[in-house]
Amino acid sequence: MAKVTIDGESIEVPDGTTILQAARMIGGDNVPPAMCYHSKLKTSGGYCRTCIVKVSKGSDKDPRPMPKLVPSCRTTVMDGMEVQNNTSPEVLEARRGVVEFLLINHPLDCPVCDQAGECHLQDLGYENGAAKTRYDFPRRKFNMIDIGPNIKMHMTRCIMCFRCVKTADQITDNRVHGMLFRGDASEISTYIEKAIVNDFSGNMIDVCPVGALTDKTFRFKSRVWFTKPMDAHRDCKKCSGKVALWEKGNEVLRVTSRKDKWGESEEWICNECRFDKKDIKDWVIEGPRHIDRHSVISLNHYENVVAKLKIDIAKQQKQIVDKK
Amino acid sequence: MGKKILLEHINVPGIKSLDVYRQNGGYASVEKALKTMAPDVIVEEVKKSGLRGRGGAGFPTGMKWSFLAKPEGVERYLVVNADESEPGTFKDRYLMEKIPHILIEGMITSSFALGAKTSCIYIRGEYFYVSRILEAAIEEAYAAGLLGKNILGTNFSHDIFVQVGAGAYICGEETALLESLEGKRGNPRIKPPFPAVAGLYGCPTVVNNVETIASVPYIVMNGGDDYAKIGIGRSTGTKLISASGHINKPGVYEIEMGITVEDFIYSEEYCGGILNGKKLKAVVAGGSSVPILPADLILKTEKGEPRLMSYESLSDGGFATGTMLGSGGFMVYDETTSIVKNLYTFARFYHHESCGQCSPCREGTGWMEKILHRIVEGHGKHGDTDLLWDIQRKIEGNTICPLGDAAAWPVASAIRHFRAEFEEYINHPERIKEFKHLQELVS
Ligand SMILES: Cc1cc2nc3c(=O)[nH]c(=O)nc-3n(C[C@H](O)[C@H](O)[C@H](O)COP(=O)(O)O)c2cc1C
Ligand code: SF4
Ligand code: SF4
Ligand code: SF4
Ligand code: FES
Repeated sequence: MAKVTIDGESIEVPDGTTILQAARMIGGDNVPPAMCYHSKLKTSGGYCRTCIVKVSKGSDKDPRPMPKLVPSCRTTVMDGMEVQNNTSPEVLEARRGVVEFLLINHPLDCPVCDQAGECHLQDLGYENGAAKTRYDFPRRKFNMIDIGPNIKMHMTRCIMCFRCVKTADQITDNRVHGMLFRGDASEISTYIEKAIVNDFSGNMIDVCPVGALTDKTFRFKSRVWFTKPMDAHRDCKKCSGKVALWEKGNEVLRVTSRKDKWGESEEWICNECRFDKKDIKDWVIEGPRHIDRHSVISLNHYENVVAKLKIDIAKQQKQIVDKK
Repeated sequence: MGKKILLEHINVPGIKSLDVYRQNGGYASVEKALKTMAPDVIVEEVKKSGLRGRGGAGFPTGMKWSFLAKPEGVERYLVVNADESEPGTFKDRYLMEKIPHILIEGMITSSFALGAKTSCIYIRGEYFYVSRILEAAIEEAYAAGLLGKNILGTNFSHDIFVQVGAGAYICGEETALLESLEGKRGNPRIKPPFPAVAGLYGCPTVVNNVETIASVPYIVMNGGDDYAKIGIGRSTGTKLISASGHINKPGVYEIEMGITVEDFIYSEEYCGGILNGKKLKAVVAGGSSVPILPADLILKTEKGEPRLMSYESLSDGGFATGTMLGSGGFMVYDETTSIVKNLYTFARFYHHESCGQCSPCREGTGWMEKILHRIVEGHGKHGDTDLLWDIQRKIEGNTICPLGDAAAWPVASAIRHFRAEFEEYINHPERIKEFKHLQELVS
């Protein structure tokens, strides 16, 4: 076991736990944002750099601070380690830098993007971004491609998190997709647009934190916040059959895996459940699904905002009164 | 004349061939090591020699070797980094082209010390003709019983392979190199684990630069203490410097570390002074990645002491007033040079070579290039210099591999020491064509 303190809160965690996992165990507002790490994917993380933190004390044994900011998703805790996330201005500034880098070439076509409302990049930009861009060059563009019959690849929106590549690598047989080219010209692609036909390929849509991989059977059907998520299951030979259904009226518009509060799939689902079972009669409905992640789709999001606004206004009023 | 270790026999006719190389004392270290020394003793000698990696980072070689994990029944590898893609660096090519056997000899001796049955040379694609020279040399060594089974009748067997890369700078980064060697895309790995624990095919691996390994035979023959006497302070031994730019005698020089920079630039033995008698403006001392220094700071440290060609002296003053020895790519710029244009060229390079795995380097290198492009084209905007500064600051230290830093440092140093020149470009685009006015800004 190792004791680690993150922004002043301590927790004991098993050896080998990463700082990010420890922060998630503590929970609350001090969990670093993560775009490329995915708890169900081995060797994920380390690429996007949004989860960087400052290790102000290495361990009890070697208390020296780490010389650079480290990706919390790839750094394991040591006994006595002290970490700063939101309490370090250096971390917050560097993170704003990363968000800016992720956005400079991003199309920001949220109004026509299926991911809008459940997009990690939107959330990240909202929480850590600047209001105005300093980038005044043309943004890079790619053509859309099909990855198999059911998945649309919109490379222009990709943030190169490698989650889909690792999904293809780890849960489908025969990976036929990966990264082509180099630097800011790199593309996620199936080599020579070879279709991925595979029982589990649809999970790539769920792991994609942005709107780069979208479900062709759902494209442009509805904004996600107009659909209602329900937990549902069916008997499936290929997967657990436990899914989230996204309904509008009595219509099933979309089937996805169930995601935990970090937006990461709890279990992989097969393509049959995802793409072919769009009839409500195919499913046993368990009840409404609670979305924890505070994103636009989160059911009580607006309530929270209103509550926070009230507090802020009260604070300001008090300040004005105090000044007088 | 300074002491020569690597280039001592470079001008002997036919030194490329095994026979002539052996007549000049070649392969004696293999004989001595395999027949009279224990592997650990060699590692100890290399430690004592103070030899530091010549690939750029200057990490102590003996220490790197002693970190090599040695689990039972698992292969270990030595990999020689001959990717040499750092702009301004061409010493490894010279060595391999002119005297290939010194590398092969170093590899056999080093592999014996490390307990590696197999070693590889990873060489950049542009050096294809050099790979042919190496392969011919390796063939000669096999024929002479210096490679293969039971070398020189001892129990030690060893094989060397040459692998030609496809010409990506990033494949010089040691973990990207290993990926490429395994036949994959050359992306740097996220560390840990380090190659010493899990390197080539997951086995413990030492990656060393060509020049580092070529220095080992001398250490084995003469002892670590003897090697440590050459040079100055913790910069022991000799170093190959690739000198280029506005000098009278560009080329590869072997120097004893500790000679003054002034001596190196102006003496007849080395660079022979600035071309056409012009004034020195700036120097990039260790390959394009290290900070550029203006003439006054490269010749003298901030304290006013003469700057020496050594790891410590070149980095004296930190990045505020110092630089690094790096790979020894010594580029000299005279008074007519535009630092901004030079920087644009570097920025273009790093943008082109970024592998694209991590956001700050992938996006930041392209952004910096675009800004520099508009500045040199006369379309720079007010605030561009500060913007560049901010971008490089957000790349540095926040990437998977040091390429991010390597892209940031040249930008930071050019702005630090030549800010006025950037502003001149931005404020007076009409004067860009005449560079003369830039001299006044510097002096
Ligand atoms: C982007 C990048 C490029 C590099 N290119 C080279 C190279 O071409 N040759 C080399 O020897 N080392 C290169 N290095 C350094 C290697 O990663 C490694 O440190 C070196 O090969 C170790 O050898 P040494 O200890 O003998 O110096 C590069 C590093 C980076 C980050
Ligand atoms: S991926 Fe996210 S940020 Fe990008 S356009 Fe779609 S919703 Fe907007
Ligand atoms: S397509 Fe989506 S999942 Fe794949 S790398 Fe791009 S952003 Fe990540
Ligand atoms: S720093 Fe640049 S070259 Fe290195 S891993 Fe990141 S993107 Fe690739
Ligand atoms: S989540 Fe840690 S680097 Fe991307």
